This record gives sequence, structure tokens and C-alpha cells, in this order.
Amino acid sequence: TIFSAPVRACLLLVVVSVWVQQVDGVWPLPQQLDQSADRNSLSPQRFSFTYGRDSAAQTGCSVLDAAFKRYFSIIFPDFTKGSVSVKTRGCDGYPDEDSDESYNLSVSEGQAVLRSVTVWGALRGLESFSQLVYQDDYGSYFINKTEIVDFPRFAFRGLLLDTSRHYLPLHAILKTLDAMAYSKFNVFHWHIVDDPSFPYQSRTFPDLSNKGAFHPFTHVYTQSDVMRVIEHARMRGIRVIPEFDSPGHTQSWGKGQPNLLTPCYKGDVPSGSFGPVDPTVDTTYKFMESLLKEVKFVFPDSYVHLGGDEVSFACWQSNPNVRTFMEKMGFGKDFTKLESFYMERTSIVWQDVFDYHERIPQDTVLEIWKGETYQAELSRMTKAGHRVLLSAPWYINHISYGQDWRNSYAVQPQNFSGVWSKQKKLVIGGEVAMWGEYVDATNLNPRLWPRACAAAERLWSDEEKTLNADLAFPRLEKFRCELLRRGIQAEPLFVGHCKHEYDGL
Amino acid sequence: MYCLLKCAPLILAVAVCHGWLFGDFVRKQELNEISLWPIPQKFQSSAVAFKLSPASFQIVHAKQSSAGPSCSILENAFRRYFEYVFGDLKSRKKVYDSDLVELQVWITSADPECDGYPSLQTDESYELSVDEPSAVLKAANAWGALRGLETFSQLVYEDDYGANNINKTEISDFPRFAHRGILLDSSRHFLPLKVILANLEAMAMNKFNVFHWHIVDDQSFPYMSRTFPDLSQKGAYHPFTHVYTPSDVKMVIEFARMRGIRVIPEFDTPGHTRSWGNGIKDLLTPCYSGSSPSGTFGPVNPILNSSYDFMTEFFKEISTVFPDAYIHLGGDEVDFSCWKSNPDIQKFMVQQGFGTDYSKLESFYVQRLLDIVAATKKGYMVWQEVFDNGVKLKADTQIHVWKERPQYQDEMAKVTAAGFNTLLSTPWYLNRISYGQDWVNIYKADPQNFTGTDAQKKLVIGGEACLWGEYVDATNLTPRLWPRASAVAERLWSDKSVTDVGNAYNRLAQHRCRMVKRGIPAEPLFVGHCRQEYMGL
Repeated sequence: TIFSAPVRACLLLVVVSVWVQQVDGVWPLPQQLDQSADRNSLSPQRFSFTYGRDSAAQTGCSVLDAAFKRYFSIIFPDFTKGSVSVKTRGCDGYPDEDSDESYNLSVSEGQAVLRSVTVWGALRGLESFSQLVYQDDYGSYFINKTEIVDFPRFAFRGLLLDTSRHYLPLHAILKTLDAMAYSKFNVFHWHIVDDPSFPYQSRTFPDLSNKGAFHPFTHVYTQSDVMRVIEHARMRGIRVIPEFDSPGHTQSWGKGQPNLLTPCYKGDVPSGSFGPVDPTVDTTYKFMESLLKEVKFVFPDSYVHLGGDEVSFACWQSNPNVRTFMEKMGFGKDFTKLESFYMERTSIVWQDVFDYHERIPQDTVLEIWKGETYQAELSRMTKAGHRVLLSAPWYINHISYGQDWRNSYAVQPQNFSGVWSKQKKLVIGGEVAMWGEYVDATNLNPRLWPRACAAAERLWSDEEKTLNADLAFPRLEKFRCELLRRGIQAEPLFVGHCKHEYDGL
Repeated sequence: MYCLLKCAPLILAVAVCHGWLFGDFVRKQELNEISLWPIPQKFQSSAVAFKLSPASFQIVHAKQSSAGPSCSILENAFRRYFEYVFGDLKSRKKVYDSDLVELQVWITSADPECDGYPSLQTDESYELSVDEPSAVLKAANAWGALRGLETFSQLVYEDDYGANNINKTEISDFPRFAHRGILLDSSRHFLPLKVILANLEAMAMNKFNVFHWHIVDDQSFPYMSRTFPDLSQKGAYHPFTHVYTPSDVKMVIEFARMRGIRVIPEFDTPGHTRSWGNGIKDLLTPCYSGSSPSGTFGPVNPILNSSYDFMTEFFKEISTVFPDAYIHLGGDEVDFSCWKSNPDIQKFMVQQGFGTDYSKLESFYVQRLLDIVAATKKGYMVWQEVFDNGVKLKADTQIHVWKERPQYQDEMAKVTAAGFNTLLSTPWYLNRISYGQDWVNIYKADPQNFTGTDAQKKLVIGGEACLWGEYVDATNLTPRLWPRASAVAERLWSDKSVTDVGNAYNRLAQHRCRMVKRGIPAEPLFVGHCRQEYMGL
């Protein structure tokens, strides 16, 4: 934790009049929200964010200075006056799995006070504050008297983007991070490479993207692009967890790294095609060690996602060297053992690794993606003492006609058979996944938003208070209009309109 | 066939199919870059490539052409297609010699129709010959020339050094169907003008020629009427920000005209009119709960003369605002429960001898409406229910088939057997989405695939891709429509025999990249990339 004393920001308000106006609330719903009909007006000329006198963070805290500026223009889009100067010193840390994101917000006459333990909590509180402000028909700004006590239900609230099946330009990723902050997501799971392309430009192995990207210059992420993503995310309290999925899903790696992939055989001769990473040769592990060393250096988060899903064993089976290796290691004909041998020492992996694995380290986080049986998997994995992430019901690349956000919303991540204290607490959160087969910069944003918001609320808010989708509907509808107002291309939930329609293309 | 396998791209495939392959294949790789969509009727191409340089290439009126610099449609199109071919100014700086110095556009009929509007009868055929030093595009009128310019622009490809090339080519082309439409719904969600115009651009890239503007419906009435300003004042989502002013409408019509696209407005009655009731008192039927009005309203009230007086005035305005010879009058999904609840309507039913058959009352209304519209000298299109319910229709009425049940093939057979012009939309409700490559089924549907005589088949004048607005607004409309609607475009333009999905995939993937390059956020078909990814956002 960065601060020993609570961060405290004061928001100066001017009280003008009292009208009865019910604000539809905040998305995701705070844990405790008490609002009165008393409303205070906010004057953009007189309003300012300041650090509380006893706050551990003061001017100079880059994260909050920038957030003050950002939220000022979100709340008052017509006023560009930025009274806060942004310096980059202090508050230089990164959010992590133990970050305390709780905050208390109290809006009363003339003043609002936001208290939090960390800057990350302050960011969540600023987001809530900004959603409480509204404009009347004459353009005046108001906020109702409000008391909020808030904290996330789950520590891990992620969103996966896939930049391999289609390349996503940097600004599409940055925009997604903006929208994630609006919904209080806190992990960007960057599925950065896969079979179709390798856009990550490695310092150690430049050929990986030179030969494995769709295009070596226009369709890559340079080191400075990656830095920008990480910093943009940090400013919003979002962790960046890269995924370097292996041993399967590595076709594009093979182009720039000779002898990495297993040559498949047709009878006694190589067929010319390649399978998963070759687990039988030392060079593979040397290469992986260097690459992961680089990854750990480039990406500050303590987690790396190592994939491990959907390994096709057919090619391994066809290769005589692999078969010899199997016998030597005493794996017999069980190729799943071969895979688990390869996957040792990992941080987050897809469920397949657990399904096959015998000696998986206890601190490994397992991510569930297979749809049909996720409750049973939750039960099995937590029983084995593993921490678990749920993604299966939130594959929102799958689209269908109508209001499919309701299905995402109805998910209950802790509703499986198991012992409460031991097992259910091992569910550390979940992830919305937007796989890239049918998605690129042309349709990413409207497909993500507001559909991802349903999972955002499930992962943040109290389930008891948010089970009814019909009650959530008007609040979500209002939130999607707010996203539009902030320039996020969020699609409509159903028939209707927003005061400010999207005016891009 | 070895070549087809080896070189894969469609151009060659088509050339092989037509038995017209000539020239050698020294520049195979460049040929890969070309892909036409929709594929022309007759097509022959050689591997001989010519360079086009932005510094020395021009699009000009041919000497023999009946059109000249005063033809604004062509002048505009020349500039537009020059920009499509050569991209932005930055990339135009590259200097190299041009093998091809000009494209001559030759309008052959005495009247190039430069100041007119396209119609159902418009001849859109053209012939294009690309050879050194000039390419020649021949068409009877400006509309055919627009289609040919689009094809020409699709023939140009960039080589690895950034130079533009075009192969020696002969094309003779015409549409299979005369009515190739897109329906957009601006009532369930308001669509800003910009979105409508962008989609007209995309339509022209796909040789669509009808914009069916489902402009009003239950949810909102954004059309600003001069005669009845209260309609939008009280019926739009917002009276100022969510309306189409007369000048907006004019702009849409002119923008469409410049691209050879007809604008057919739909004013759907007697159902789907809830938003009309906000601005026009007593237009809608008051519904009853027991013996007293419930406070809700149903379809247009068909028993009051005032309803017909209103329609007369209203359609008089519509007929002057929209130049097209056709108006879509809707007539679908009329809910009878409100009419049934209303004692005045019940009395009227008895008087007219309709018994309890409320479809007779609907017919009574539609009949009178059709007479009103006929008096404005407009033709009309209606949804299939109007035909199904046995309303007496003028012979030139176009019946728009949209329902899943009965099977649309049976409906097409029935409507054409009765001698009516028919349009198909059932398989092309593009608002319905699902995971994966649903364009394939869209592509496979054929409007003439029903049991009937040749005369019946000829009555099929085309079809429309419909993007209803329940879940669509400016945020997601364009990527949802394109390139899925492109599948419909080829079905309606190209020869019936063009059905190879694998071949279509390769061309369509490139066509969508072309649309992206031209600024249209057309979504991907599957994994892959475009040389120039979408940069808007």
C-alpha cells in the first residue's frame, strides 16, 4: 500500500436551491448508496477538486492530478479550464491484486468529501462522483446530497482483448481503457499474440514480429506503444496482464523463431506443417525463459498469463522425437502429461492446464473458459485450493439478436456447490473476453459497450441488490448515454434515444 | 483448371469460366490484388498491366459524349473516383510515368439525364475497356457511367512500391435486378444525417440503387413536415436535435441522386403510427377498456373523414418533397385489438356489413389511402399483408415480401401469379445477427428461387436488405450493415450463376478492406487484416 494515511479530496460546492429530482444512480451500483432529493448546484467556475489537508497524497500525485483534470472535463465538457497542474512525481506505483479500491463519498451542502486508502480507491470514487452530476434543461449542473460507502466485491475485474486475430490500433486499446475505467474494470488482459499474428515487438527476438506480424511496421506494437498502454492503464487504476499463450496457439511464433514448433510428420517424413511448441528440446525452454524474462521486465504486473489452452496433440503424436521423449520421461502415451511438464511455473493459465495437470503450483490462478460446465469446474478447482477466475459466461464476442446483456448480468460467480469460507472466497473475480475472430477496430467498441458493463456490475456490486435485470435496465440505459457523451461508441440496449447521440461514424 | 488452383484469385477464375483468358501470367502477384464486387456480367482481363500516375492521369468526358462539364453528377463522380483511386494528397506525391493517361467517359444517348433522377426504368448498363493509352467507359446515361466508374476504381490496385496499376480489361455489365435497396429505420433510433450519407456512399460502392427510408414509426416521428409541423414537434424524440428538417431531406435526396440512388420514403399506416398521434389530434383510434376509453391509442382511425382529409394533405406534401415515382405505404402488422374494443368502430363494422372480419376494415382504410396517393400521381409499394388481405391494388403496385411464414418462396409465387411486381426482403433482415459468418446464408438466398413461370420470375424486380432499428443507432449501424449487405448487393446485381462462396469470400474480404480504406467502418468477415486498418473512432 502506498499511503498510510487516507487520501482525502474535497470537492467544493455551492448550494443554490432544492428541487426534487431522483438521480438514477451509478453504474456499477455502489455497495451502499443513500441519496436525498436535496440537490446542490455546481458552478464550473467555482468548482474545484482539492486534496484534503490530512491527505497522504498532495499536489504532485500524478495519478490524481491527472484524474482531477480528466474528471473535470468529463463533468463539465464545455469548460476546458484546468485548475490542476499535472506533475509526474509521487504516486508512481502500479495497482496490484491487493490494492484497496474502497472509498467513501459524502456530498453535502457546499462540499463533498472523498476518502480512500489508496489513490486507486480515489479513482473509483471520482468516477462515482462524476456519475452523480447531472444537467437540467437549462444547462446548469447539479448533484444531490449523497452518501456512498463502496468497495468491490471481487478484486479481479478484467477485460480481454485479442490483438492477434485482428490487429487493434493503439487508439482502439486506449479508448477501451477509458471505457473500462468508467465501468470500474481493473485488469486489462492483453491477449497480444496467437496463431494468426505476432504483433508484439520483442527487444530480444525482433524476428517474432518482423516475420510473425500481419505487417512488420504497420501491424505491430512497439515498446513505446506498450509503455503507453501500461501508463494509460495505470492512470486509471488498471493492471495490464499480457498473455503469451503456449504451447498451442503459437503458429505465428514459428515464423520468426526456427525450431521452436514441433514439426508434424506424415508417416516417416515431416509434412511441412507445424504443431505446438516443441517441448522435448532444451532450446525451447531457453527461448521461453528469455522471452518471459523480457515480458516480466516490460510488463510491471506480477502476473503473466501463460495460456495453455486447446493444445492439439495430433502433431506431437505424429513426431517420432516427441514419442521417444515421452517414453524417456515415463509419460507413456499420455500427452496431457507432456503438456503439464511444459506448463510448470506459471501464474495465470486457462483451465485446460488444471484439467490435465497433477503438479500444478498452488499459487497458480486458473481461468475458466469452457461454457457448459463452469459451475462444476469452479467447484473442482476451488476444492483443490486454487484461486479461480471466471470467464466462461462472459465470452461476449458471441453475439445474438436482442438483449444478450441480460445473460451476462444473470451470472452468479459464487453459485456453485462448495464450502463458503474455503472455496467461494477462492473465486477472485472474472473476465469479459472479446476474442478477435470477427472483431477489429471497425466494430470493437459498439460490440464491447455496454454489453461488458453487465459483467462489470456483477463483479463490483452486491449481488443481492443487483439481481433484477429489469431494475438495472434504466440505469444501464442512462449509463450508456453517459458513455456516448464521453465519446465511447456504446451501442443501444433497445429502442430509444440519448440527449447526445454519437456523432462519429 | 490448374491455373484456378494455382492463382486462386477470382479474376482468373472468372476468366477461366468464361473461356477468355489471354496474355501471360508474369504478374500473377498483382492480379491477386484485384477484386471486383459485385462481379460484372461479362468480364475479360489480361495480365498486361498499365501504370496510373496521379500526376498525369485524368477522368474526362469523351469527345463524342452527350455530357460535358455542365453535368454535375459526372463532374462530382470524376473527383470522387479520382480520390478513391489515388487516396489522399500525401500519397499522390509519388512521381512516376503513367501508361494510362485517361479514362474517357462516353454518354451515348442524346439525353445524359444529368439533371434528372434515377428511376425503376433507368438503364444502368455500361461497357468499360481498359487499354493503352486510354480507357473508355461507355454508357447510355450518367447512371450507367456511375456504375462503370465504381468498377473502374475497383480495378486499380497498388503494387508493393505504392504505384497504381490496372490491367488490360474488357467489361460489359448490367444489373440482374432493377431494384436493389437498403432499408434504414430512423424512427426506433434517430440516425444523424452523417450516418445516412456515409451509408449512401457505401451503397454506391456496392451498386445499390434504392434507399428505402423507413423514416417514421411508432417510436418517433423525426420527419419535419411543413404542413403539419406538430408531427415532429411532438412526435420526435426531440423537436430540434432529433429531426430531419426539409433541408436535411433535400440533402439526402441530392446526395443519393449524385450516386444514382433513388430515395423511397416509407410512411407506414394504419399501424405503426403511435408517434403520429402525438401531433395530430383524433388521428388514432382511442382504445377502450370496457365501456370507457383506456387512454391508449391504436392504429389510424379508419371511420373518421378527418383521417382521410389529413392523409390527403400529408401525402400531397410527401409527393412534392420526394421526387421518386414511388412511395412505400407500409400496411404491415395492424393490431386489431384496439379497433375491436372501440364501440364506434364496432358500430361502423355493422353498418358496412364487415361482420367481425377486421381485415375488411383494414382493407377499407388502405383502399381509400391508395386512392389518395394515386391522386398525387405516385406509384406505391406496400408490405405483403396488404396483398394477403385482398386489398384491390393498382396494377403497378409493388408488393414487398418480408415474412418468414408462410415460406417466402410460396409468397413470391402467389404474388407474382397475381401479376404484381415483387420485392424480396425476408432472407435479408440484417438487423438479425448471430455469431460467425452469417453473410453466407444471406449470399445464398435467391429472389427467383420459387416455383413459377418465366413470366412470374420476371415480375421479381429485386430486393432490399433491411436494417431495422431496435438495436441499431449511429454507434453500430455501419459495421453491422457492411459488408453483410454487400452479399445482397452481388446477389441482386450479378448473374444468377455467381454462387461460389469460397470465391466470394476472397473477393468480399478485399472489398471490405477497400470500404475501410474509403472510410467506411465495414466489419471483418473473419481473422485477417487490411493493409490500411480503420482509423476513425
